[in-house]
Amino acid sequence: MKKNTAWKILINMFFLVLVAMIIYPMFWLILNSLKSNAELYDNSLAFPIKALWGNYKRAWDVGLSTYFFNSILISSITIAATVFLGAACAYGLVRSKSKYKDIIFFMILGGLLLSPQVALISLYKLLAAFNMYNTRWALIIPYIAFRLPFAIFLMRSYFLSFPIELEEAAYIDGYSTFQTFIKIVLPISRPILSSTAIMTAIFVWNEFLFALVFIEDKSKMTVPIGLSNFKDALSTDWTVLLAGIVISSIPMLILYLLMQKNFIKALAAGSVKG
Amino acid sequence: MKFGKKNYWLYILPAILLIGTFVYVPIIQNFYFSLFKMNSYTDEKIFVGLSHYVRIFKDDVFYTSLKNNITYALISVICQVGLGTVLAILIESKLTGRLRNFYRNVLFMPSLISVTAVGLLWYFIYNPNVGMLNALLTKIGLENLTHAWLAEPNVAIYSIIAMSQWQYTGYIMVLILVAIQKIPQELFEAAEIDGANGIQKSLFVIIPNIKEMLLVTSVITVIGAFKLFTEIYVMTMGGPYNTTQVLGTYLYQSAFMFDEMGYASAIAVIIFTITFTASIIQIRMAKSGKG
Repeated sequence: MKKNTAWKILINMFFLVLVAMIIYPMFWLILNSLKSNAELYDNSLAFPIKALWGNYKRAWDVGLSTYFFNSILISSITIAATVFLGAACAYGLVRSKSKYKDIIFFMILGGLLLSPQVALISLYKLLAAFNMYNTRWALIIPYIAFRLPFAIFLMRSYFLSFPIELEEAAYIDGYSTFQTFIKIVLPISRPILSSTAIMTAIFVWNEFLFALVFIEDKSKMTVPIGLSNFKDALSTDWTVLLAGIVISSIPMLILYLLMQKNFIKALAAGSVKG
Repeated sequence: MKFGKKNYWLYILPAILLIGTFVYVPIIQNFYFSLFKMNSYTDEKIFVGLSHYVRIFKDDVFYTSLKNNITYALISVICQVGLGTVLAILIESKLTGRLRNFYRNVLFMPSLISVTAVGLLWYFIYNPNVGMLNALLTKIGLENLTHAWLAEPNVAIYSIIAMSQWQYTGYIMVLILVAIQKIPQELFEAAEIDGANGIQKSLFVIIPNIKEMLLVTSVITVIGAFKLFTEIYVMTMGGPYNTTQVLGTYLYQSAFMFDEMGYASAIAVIIFTITFTASIIQIRMAKSGKG
């Protein structure tokens, strides 16, 4: 019994050290985001003399508000389109009797294996040819296209176990195929739709490479690129940049707090890193 | 029955068209581009055959990049999957008690912050003058351990790798936790009846039952290592003296800074070959059983 208690203490101490290693850098970030630049240079470990919340307002005004607007707009459209088109395609593939459906599903699976970096240069030229370069569509369309294979993969396995009787009952009630899809299939599939939505949200809020290459105007930049540009733009105002880092981290933390269970389920189902 | 004759092509086509046009076409085109000399502002292309590939295999920066990707992959698998597994087993054991959810949430937290934000945060933590790391080391009297973490050629890449372990170990740990929680309780009870202690239970009950998840997390960690870009771009841009260059940043710089799009396409083909092979392994494993 005693031996067990000793282990318990030891292991809890080990975890508390890890917790400190995770928390302290974040604490240091928040501490310094409330300082003046002079204070930061004087001693970055000290507490701020007076909390300068103005740093946060400045970070927001100097560009973050625009970047947030763009990220929210782009992620909303991407999520809606990925979930809807992905669900439609997965549903079609499950219910279709076509002999080509396996080949098509195989092709879609292939899309999972393709790393976005490999398409970068050709996409850049393609988007220019479509006159989409430097518009928000230059991000939205490739994001949807690159998320769809995963969305379809996830939803197809869900629809495979879907009872067909429900749909048959709807047809007898006079529903069309499309009405059945919208009013019966989608509402029942909410768990898998929200998993897909969460995964897509994480992806869009993190995506860096496409956003770096396909957008030129500051007014259309997303949060990750805007934030990394702060590094040069605010090279003398570091504490404002630190405030910007804090602000940019809030949306995903909130999403996690709101949907903790779904969130972890989505990650486990996806098993992919943003 | 009317049911089987319904036409589902309208459901399938929009997704197929998008994937075809914006995923498949560019990737196939990339193979073609790698055979040409070309730049961004004209459409002119000069056929050079396989000479970009010949050049790649003589290019020192390419080898540095590849070595950095591989180092990143190795350390990440050991730390994130290895340490992540140990942490997951400890959290699931009775030893962590009431604080287990707190530990899990805190360790998971860094992966919720975007890579860009984490990269910028550590850019400051590593700053030699105002950064947290040197300040802490100085404070506890270890001044001789201070470094210009991102500016010294033989330190910089390890500083970046260390940051990624900080960010992702908890994430992989959570994935492994999910797998452990799926193990049927009877297996543990049976082991207890047989008199197994904690370590024996981990070795003979947990590990064999989460084998698939361990393989899957290893593979996604390796794929992630070869997709590496944002961390390097935000923190060092591949410097000092290309010592932190990875395939992703070298591809980007070749294409958009040195304007050698054909050469960059050839680098992309190398990335494709590596990530594609790793992904196929992942899919085969995912099929062999759910982790």
